[in-house]
Amino acid sequence: MRILIIEDDREAATYLAKALKEAGHVADHAVDGEEGQHMAEGRDYDLWIVDRMLPKRDGLTVISDLRKSGARTPALILSALGQVDDRVEGLKAGGDDYLTKPYAMSELLARAEVLGRRRASGEVETSYQVGDLELDRLSHEVRRAGKPIVLQPREFRLLEYLMKHAGQVVTRTMLLENVWDYHFDPQTNVIDVHVSRLRSKIEREFDGPLLHTVRGSGYIMRDGG
Amino acid sequence: MAADRPVRRLKSLLKMTAVRLSAVYFLIFTFGAVALVWYVTNTASDLIAQQARTGIEEEKAELAQIYRVTGIVGLVRSIDRRARQPGAGLYLATDATGRIIAGNVENLQAGVLDETGSTPDTFGYSRYGETGVYHKAIADVVSLPNGMRVLVGRDQSDAQRFREVVRSALILALAAMGALALIAWFVIGRRALMRLDRMSAASSRILAGDLGERLPVLGAGDEFDRLSENLNTLLARIALLQEGLRQVSDNIAHDLKTPLARLRSKAEAAQRAAHSEETRDHLEGIITDADVMIRTFDALLMISRVEAGSHPIQKTKIDLRAIASDVAELYEPLAEEADAELCCEGGPPVEIEASRELVAQAISNLVDNALKYGRAESGRTRVGIRVEETEGLVRLAVSDSGPGIPKDKHSRVLERFYRLDESRTQPGSGLGLSLVQAIARVHGGRLLLEDAAPGLTVVLEFPKRARDGVTHDETAQ
Repeated sequence: MRILIIEDDREAATYLAKALKEAGHVADHAVDGEEGQHMAEGRDYDLWIVDRMLPKRDGLTVISDLRKSGARTPALILSALGQVDDRVEGLKAGGDDYLTKPYAMSELLARAEVLGRRRASGEVETSYQVGDLELDRLSHEVRRAGKPIVLQPREFRLLEYLMKHAGQVVTRTMLLENVWDYHFDPQTNVIDVHVSRLRSKIEREFDGPLLHTVRGSGYIMRDGG
Repeated sequence: MAADRPVRRLKSLLKMTAVRLSAVYFLIFTFGAVALVWYVTNTASDLIAQQARTGIEEEKAELAQIYRVTGIVGLVRSIDRRARQPGAGLYLATDATGRIIAGNVENLQAGVLDETGSTPDTFGYSRYGETGVYHKAIADVVSLPNGMRVLVGRDQSDAQRFREVVRSALILALAAMGALALIAWFVIGRRALMRLDRMSAASSRILAGDLGERLPVLGAGDEFDRLSENLNTLLARIALLQEGLRQVSDNIAHDLKTPLARLRSKAEAAQRAAHSEETRDHLEGIITDADVMIRTFDALLMISRVEAGSHPIQKTKIDLRAIASDVAELYEPLAEEADAELCCEGGPPVEIEASRELVAQAISNLVDNALKYGRAESGRTRVGIRVEETEGLVRLAVSDSGPGIPKDKHSRVLERFYRLDESRTQPGSGLGLSLVQAIARVHGGRLLLEDAAPGLTVVLEFPKRARDGVTHDETAQ
């Protein structure tokens, strides 16, 4: 993916660019809002990573201006402001995801991957398949190797999200945000318990693991090891 | 309540220093006034008696002259004449046997004629033709060589009346003054009391955590205003210091979070690159520890942000029951894993105006605590979430069947970083309840700990209508 980083903190930007490069992406860097907007208009990027507080032009203004001129590139907002309402404000301005500084690099990479890939896939799918596991979004049916699996509604949504992003790392916060629609921090890793429950349902009586734990980051849905 | 109020007000009025002081002054004044009246009336009647005595002396001298010139007959005649004049004094002449010869006295207190010279006290008598009506008088008794006795006196009724009039006038004046003083106290005292009430209402709001509140200043420049101004300056200083302290702890948390996040990222990178399983395990440990620290800092930052109220939270209409059941659903597998029963009572939607995320965070903290620390000593652990609607209040109660918390520790567990000895073995930062309390406060509600015997019930209380900041107990008039 080609990613544009708009961030005035050079050290943080360099660090971020390096991590993105290591993950196989190409990263450009703009140091203020004006330059960032200019660069975003001049080239087609797969993802913008925008710091909220920027010199010359505020990050949210940059995004909403770009959106007004018709740009659809996903935007990930970075901010030192971590209040719930800041997040809502950021998403309203046209951001697609919001991450509070300082963030864990694995969290950022996972989110960047999901956001960038979302654009690539484009159309909405009605069913997902990973290995011999199938999920029908319309009939809410789940089968593995042709055998139906009964899931609770929440388990279904969890699996749906994981399968939608098959091949990508999904973090625990992403699951809580997208499956439960909450952004708070559960003191204990409650998500892990939900995932392991789901895992036992889709893997216990079948061959081969599909839902893998990525240490330090989260989970990944993938056929085979 | 309504009937209690005037009584309560009167009681508090009587407790006021100003009222007590003026009561003392009133007593001193009354004592002084009574002494004055006593002195004035006594002096005045002494003066009147003195005048009467002088009059008697003069008349006695005249009569002695008449006696010397005209003898007994002339004396008796003169007495007779004088006694008949209008407004005359007292005259009496008796022979040696005590029989009345002349004068205007019909009856006399016994024994008055036995002594000669001035009567030491006033005595009772009745005038000729006024049988049964007694007056007071003073007199002089003279004994003649032939055994006759002559009494010359002055009536004292006027002096008596004068004393009575002055006394009753003074008593009336005193009573009027007392009544006026009472009314004045009431008005002045009430005014002072009202201002004090307003001041104490403001200070209770400040105590409840609203450091932005100030004591009322009316601009009259009186002692209340001066006191309020000084206290307000004090409050401003405290707020400044507190803000400084908060900023320092905020900065520390924030500044430490950045290197911590980097540390975590580096550990992740190293983990990906590591070849041995052992190294990976060590790095995993580092990541977990870093996560615990980051979580603690996050909680600390969140508490101070919520408490500072610098960022007014966005409140929307939310269904507290729905959020409670969401959280219950989220924790249900965790409860099952811990062999605990987690149940959330259903019911119709209970709407409050609040921040959905903060409320969910609060309930999640409470359920998390209940599952961690509320484990039953015997039998199955039960954790219940209940939402109740009462008059003007919405209560969310999370109760467990664990050992509970001793009553004397109830307020301490709400302090930041405080942990009970029994729970130190469990992971946690000691910030969970502090955060819940901050969330409750920012919604104008409160956090209460109740004994569930056995176990603990933690109650989150929200006002039905959203109010900003702290709870206002009673608005000042």
